[in-house]
Amino acid sequence: MDVVINGERKQVTRGTTLLELLKELELDPRAVVVEHNARIVRRAGLGEVTVAEGDAIELVHFVGGG
Amino acid sequence: MTTAVETIRDTPLEIGGRTFQSRLMVGTGKYPDMDTMVRAIDASGAEVVTVAVRRVNLDRSKESSVLHFLDPKKIFLLANTAGCYTAADAIRYARLAREAGFNDFVKLEVIGDEETLLPDVAGLLEAAKVLVQEGFKVLAYTNEDLVTALRLEDAGCAAVMPLASPIGSGLGLLNPFSVRTIKRRLHVPVIVDAGVGTASDACVTMEQGVDGILMNTAIAAAQDPVSMAQAMRLATIAGRAAYLAGRMPRREVAMPSSPTRGMLD
Repeated sequence: MDVVINGERKQVTRGTTLLELLKELELDPRAVVVEHNARIVRRAGLGEVTVAEGDAIELVHFVGGG
Repeated sequence: MTTAVETIRDTPLEIGGRTFQSRLMVGTGKYPDMDTMVRAIDASGAEVVTVAVRRVNLDRSKESSVLHFLDPKKIFLLANTAGCYTAADAIRYARLAREAGFNDFVKLEVIGDEETLLPDVAGLLEAAKVLVQEGFKVLAYTNEDLVTALRLEDAGCAAVMPLASPIGSGLGLLNPFSVRTIKRRLHVPVIVDAGVGTASDACVTMEQGVDGILMNTAIAAAQDPVSMAQAMRLATIAGRAAYLAGRMPRREVAMPSSPTRGMLD
């Protein structure tokens, strides 16, 4: 099924949790903040939220800025 | 390195219950490379360092988080909401930043105009109220308008950050009178943010009596950012020291420094 991650359409397996998704993307869950359908998901809860068709997921971190 | 407070017997800067030894805060954007950024931050003596919130690049070959190069135990990370044009966006970015888990401070920016990057003060006030309510320590980037600054203080902001001149312009302190007025009327710290171009700008800004100064481009876009960071550190301390010392009154006529008596016939 398709989800939208950071504005890009991606194929993920049905039933994938956010934590598994980060692992698949080789992202350290401690180094990113996850927003799932416009709601922030706490680090501790990432393994409990499964993604569904069409979900919008934003993965953000800190970059250089003023 | 001796701290600014030790050098000039100043009191530390206190914002939102945190104290800082340096009155210079620096950004992390636009550096030619990360090594230069790290050395420049070190040379600046800054403790508060700003960062932005952006999407992770899913192509892992590309750049990674700025936190790979900064030690959050040594510096105080101040997340900004740069690039946000509405209160709702700024609130969203602030919440994401807080979730990163470092602190509940945010440098709140709501931009109103793409060409000048001047703040949208209505959106800024709206976002500030919501974020203060949510327990954020809000440092609000605003223009040099006293009434807006007063409203931001009323809204519960931990600090108000009037600009010296537009972001990244390097035009220096364009309106010292307004910045002084804001400083005189507010109780919360006033940190001038944006617009300084070189060390003299930082010095003149601090001479107005403001509590601190935040800059990014002036250091990052200098030919030698590390040396400029050092210059900014010294200029900030010098300006603060001069303010504390109290300058002589200005006069329109000359007054000799040497005795007029005892001259030869």
